[in-house]
Amino acid sequence: MERLKIATVWFGGCAGCHMSFLDLDEFLIDLAGLVDLVYSPIIDCKEYPENVDLCLIEGAICNEDNLELLHKIRARTKVLVSFGDCAVTGNVPAMRNQLGPDNVANVLQCAYIEHAQENPRRPSTAGIVPALLPRVMPVHEVVAVEYFLPGCPPAAANIKAFLTQVLAGTTPQLSGRQIKFG
Amino acid sequence: MAAKTLTIDGTQISAENHITVLQAATEAGVKIPTLCHLEGVYDVGACRLCLVEVKGTAKLLPACTTRVYEGMEVATDSERLRKYRRMTLELLFAERNHVCAVCVSNGHCELQTLAYSLGMDHVRYDYCSPKWGVDATHRLFGMDHNRCILCTRCVRACWHIEGAGTKNVAGRGGKSMIITDLNEPWGNSETCTACGKCVSACPTGALSAKGSTVSEMQHDRSKLEFIVNAREKKQWSV
Amino acid sequence: MTLNDLHQTKEAEIAARKKIVLRCCQAAGCTSSDSKGVKERLEKAVAEAGLQNEVEVRGVGCMKLCCEGPLVQADPSDALYVKVTPDNAPAIVAALKGGRSTLAQADPHSPFFTLQQSIVLTNCGVIDPERIEAYIAADGYQALHEVLVEMTPKDVVDTIVKSGLRGRGGAGFPTGLKWGTVAKSPGVKKYIICNADEGDPGAFMDRSVLESDPHSILEGMAIAAYAVGADQGFIYVRAEYPLAISRLHNAIRQAKRVGLLGSGIFESPFNFTIDIRIGAGAFVCGEETALMASVEGKRGTPRPRPPFPAERGLWDCPTLINNVETFANIAPILRRGADWFAGIGTEKSKGTKVFALAGKIQNTGLIEVPMGTPLSTIVEHMGGGAPDGGRIKAVQTGGPSGGCIPRQHLDTPVDYESLTKLGSIMGSGGMIVMDETTRMVDVARFFMEFCMDESCGKCIPCRAGTVQMHHLLEKILARQATARDLAKLEELCDMVKNTSLCGLGQTAPNPVLSTLRFFRHEYEELLQPDPHGPRTPATPVPPLTAAN
Repeated sequence: MERLKIATVWFGGCAGCHMSFLDLDEFLIDLAGLVDLVYSPIIDCKEYPENVDLCLIEGAICNEDNLELLHKIRARTKVLVSFGDCAVTGNVPAMRNQLGPDNVANVLQCAYIEHAQENPRRPSTAGIVPALLPRVMPVHEVVAVEYFLPGCPPAAANIKAFLTQVLAGTTPQLSGRQIKFG
Repeated sequence: MAAKTLTIDGTQISAENHITVLQAATEAGVKIPTLCHLEGVYDVGACRLCLVEVKGTAKLLPACTTRVYEGMEVATDSERLRKYRRMTLELLFAERNHVCAVCVSNGHCELQTLAYSLGMDHVRYDYCSPKWGVDATHRLFGMDHNRCILCTRCVRACWHIEGAGTKNVAGRGGKSMIITDLNEPWGNSETCTACGKCVSACPTGALSAKGSTVSEMQHDRSKLEFIVNAREKKQWSV
Repeated sequence: MTLNDLHQTKEAEIAARKKIVLRCCQAAGCTSSDSKGVKERLEKAVAEAGLQNEVEVRGVGCMKLCCEGPLVQADPSDALYVKVTPDNAPAIVAALKGGRSTLAQADPHSPFFTLQQSIVLTNCGVIDPERIEAYIAADGYQALHEVLVEMTPKDVVDTIVKSGLRGRGGAGFPTGLKWGTVAKSPGVKKYIICNADEGDPGAFMDRSVLESDPHSILEGMAIAAYAVGADQGFIYVRAEYPLAISRLHNAIRQAKRVGLLGSGIFESPFNFTIDIRIGAGAFVCGEETALMASVEGKRGTPRPRPPFPAERGLWDCPTLINNVETFANIAPILRRGADWFAGIGTEKSKGTKVFALAGKIQNTGLIEVPMGTPLSTIVEHMGGGAPDGGRIKAVQTGGPSGGCIPRQHLDTPVDYESLTKLGSIMGSGGMIVMDETTRMVDVARFFMEFCMDESCGKCIPCRAGTVQMHHLLEKILARQATARDLAKLEELCDMVKNTSLCGLGQTAPNPVLSTLRFFRHEYEELLQPDPHGPRTPATPVPPLTAAN
């Protein structure tokens, strides 16, 4: 019998959700016995594989690389989970949206010119740094998402509760403080 | 004092004449979600979270301003109401910039609490991401319009409990904002008594005490209740 | 003032009438095209022709065919001059002597005029709105006298109940029932309010009545005050109607001077004064509770009802609040009887209704027709159909609270129930005609933008819901929306309709709902295929076989 193929991905976020995932501690060992982690920042895999069962998505959709990979993930994955507030709401990365339609220019000016300690210059070589999107978006604004696991980060206990239900083959249902933003 | 008999969610209860459905439900231990309601100040029926179904009435009625009557049959928790409440919260979260993770009231916010207790795990509407300012001119308090939900609890506390009349609402629609006096910087206000009742009244991180950082701002509602009970019911217990 | 004085004034006014009258429209539409200049030049031309003793140049209110203004009509010849300029004055005066005129004229016997039935607009375009004597000569204030001298307040309420009059502000609540409730509400102090905060885009019925026949409103309000036991009235009129405001001020001053307002009216114990309150431009102040807050000097936002104004209104006193057109119907009903009024219109909608015809139609202007007149009669026969050989696609009634009635339903009789059945409302009387060039999603977006801008901001569904609905409509128009977005829009329409605090929010989705009902394909044509396929409810993760 085949094991469940699980992926995790890290878009515009601080990696805190992945840290929280690692806080699953010994449950990670149980998990390793039950599923195959086929793509993740914590494993060495360059290409998102086909036929993934479930993908935990950390981070907001901020740049063209995020967008491209997200569409690939949606096409190759049965169930998507918005994992953490950045994926669910846009959260802190989306705060640049408040600066309006010109926010990209403003953000780059601020980061690469005004606050540069030396050699102020905007990266412009094509194919090196992906271009920022005009608006940072939560994942479900771009593709359909099946489940939402908010939190900044989602507490390890909530991740465990979610995965346990998945592993038991039931429809995951979190409630109350398990789905608290922030 | 005549009592009224009514049913709330199928349970028969008796309630004092002239009290609101919200009061009757609270006394009967039925929790109806509220946001603009604040103990001690008059109700405005604005947030629409406490809408309930009343048999014989086609319209949904706000529990906070609807009076009980004999034989009333109230439903507070139908599938339809739950859906509308979730949508109301989604609209609020999309309207301004409620970034819980970096909010002074994270963990102590009524909006945040309502969201998870009503099962709202994401917002389906596009975030408006407006640019609102912060008024940090007052020596003790700050006002972050990004977190404001325009419940007007601060305005009512300021006028009704403190009697200062400093806080007001200006503008209309989504461009409404809470202002100080005639839209002066808060720090310049000559009417503000710096009593902090508005801060205590605020359900979100919009009003905070200066110096509080993420998750540190807890709004102490008991102070308001104490004053109102002392004044209106002559009860001095803390 | 006594009945005798009233009769004397009337007789003197009639006796002073000259053989020929040149009526010159002095309502807002025509004055914006210099009808004041036209009137001055007509007076000069009459003087130059030495006809002062035979010809009266009379400034009157709205002459209805607004698209052809400035309008001048000669009595008794009936010649109706259109698009008159001051330079035309000598020619018009010359034509009075029998000469044939080459000036542009409209046919006063065209269906636009002949199919009208005037109750509210009887004096409109006929009498000088700035002279109380002119109103008295048209039997004005006789009804008030009869009411005060011969009827009890209960008789008056009963008459209104019997007439079947329903509120003309939009919702069509039975007027007599409302009056009866206020009359029965306990309270020493009661108020009357005339809602003249007409704000629907394209609507100008109330403005026209106020500018053309202000005394009919004062008389209607005084009768209402007597019937419910009030002694103070307010007219809440929007600041954008300066001419109406000035004519109201003038009318109130005149009525006070002759003792038709004030204390001891017609030597009875009845006292009544009217003050004007000017709105500051918020559409929501047409909502009665917001209007009352504004009159009280507070921020104009609605509050939940009940309590209804009839029990607790202005300063918590029982308050009767009616629309301009409703009050304009009162004196005629009392003068001519409830049965006469109830004989006009349909079974459930009595009397006439005034409409402001606007949009893609030949004849724009003011019309008054019996309730139950088919929409097609109004727009095709009276309105002359779409201009430039176009075809009418839909008719929008009820402004931002109403809906679009498509071509195939134009045979619908105009009454409260029929329009509601089609997902629109009677509304206050704005009627906007659309031809085939109109995109219905655009129409919905226009009205949603209006509601979004005019939402007071108090309740969340209206304040934030209109923003999201508008955003979704923009997305659809920009061809960036999917079927999922359309579903979201429909869900929001339902939610905002059912959860908003006041009528503004509760009806804000109507233009979307009604265009979706009849023109859904226009929305669907703009949708993009959803790249992720139709969104299904969360698919359960396949059970983990290894765990079995």
